[in-house]
Amino acid sequence: MKLTASPAVRVGISISIATGLYGVSFGALSVASGLDFWQTMALSLLLFSGGSQFAFIGVVGGGGSGVAAMSAATLLGMRNGIYGMQLNALLRPEGWRKYVGAQLTIDESTATSTGQADPGEQRRGFWAAGIGIYVLWNLFTAVGALAGSGLGDPKQWGLDGAAVAAFLALLWPRLKGREPVAIAAVCAVATVLAVPFVPAGVPILVAALVAALIGWFSHGRSDEGLEPDVEPYGGHRRHGHADAAEAGQ
Amino acid sequence: MNLWLWILVSCVLAYAWKLVGYFVPARFLENPRMSRIAGTMTIGLLASLTVVNAAATGQALAADARLGALVAAAIALALRAPFLIVVIVGAGTAALLRMAGWN
Repeated sequence: MKLTASPAVRVGISISIATGLYGVSFGALSVASGLDFWQTMALSLLLFSGGSQFAFIGVVGGGGSGVAAMSAATLLGMRNGIYGMQLNALLRPEGWRKYVGAQLTIDESTATSTGQADPGEQRRGFWAAGIGIYVLWNLFTAVGALAGSGLGDPKQWGLDGAAVAAFLALLWPRLKGREPVAIAAVCAVATVLAVPFVPAGVPILVAALVAALIGWFSHGRSDEGLEPDVEPYGGHRRHGHADAAEAGQ
Repeated sequence: MNLWLWILVSCVLAYAWKLVGYFVPARFLENPRMSRIAGTMTIGLLASLTVVNAAATGQALAADARLGALVAAAIALALRAPFLIVVIVGAGTAALLRMAGWN
């Protein structure tokens, strides 16, 4: 079968372009928040998880410590562990594929794969999206970091406003329904209340704790908040997925 | 140098999360609680990061051009603008508001 004839590969390629492109904003914001070019590249090459990367530079840019930045990035990376479990059950990778596949396990590659019904397509979708995003994300991170370091004063260009917009854009697709909006609102209030009393960066961890307690004690969709930043199937897939999860309970 | 250390620790832990999923027994997947906490924490952390970047300067709360960027980004998102456009709208709004004298 020719690869381009595979629907999952085509979806994987388009999601790679859409996701890869916004690596530009990560690269530019990362150098604006004080990381150098190679520190920025290390995050894209090695950490490779958009939300966690933005979290790291968001905390550093706000004057938070390295420990707080690491904690925020790591807590935000927990969902990749859930994706790993799903993909392992779905694709059953063997040997080295497990280790390489793990690095490529992010929102978008998982969503591209789980959105397919045929096992072969699930596999092709995962690898096409995973490899495609990895290559383009790193390429565009480099472009953004180089462009960003030539900008001079980041505030003059509104790059602090760009960071605000980036976080809201990461949050937005996860706010489907009343419950996630309520969780976001409670955590936003907890953050505002914590800011004057604890060092920079820590309010984010306070909000994470509040969110974890909500998740522990309340009952609701088990895939709440696990939407990709860029939806590969135009928003239809999640409903089917949620139905399947409910039917299985 | 200190920042390098935390960057590398973050990278190792991020890979550890990803890898752990491939090696835990499948029955953990049947416990919806872990998956739910991963999801609610994702929402909570992103909401918190949005607020901190929009309204905090160190340990002080501030109302400056970044709040304008937040509102403009929300409008762009409501109009279904793609990620990169939303980011550019946020930057442009903050820059314009600063030029207009609102810091």
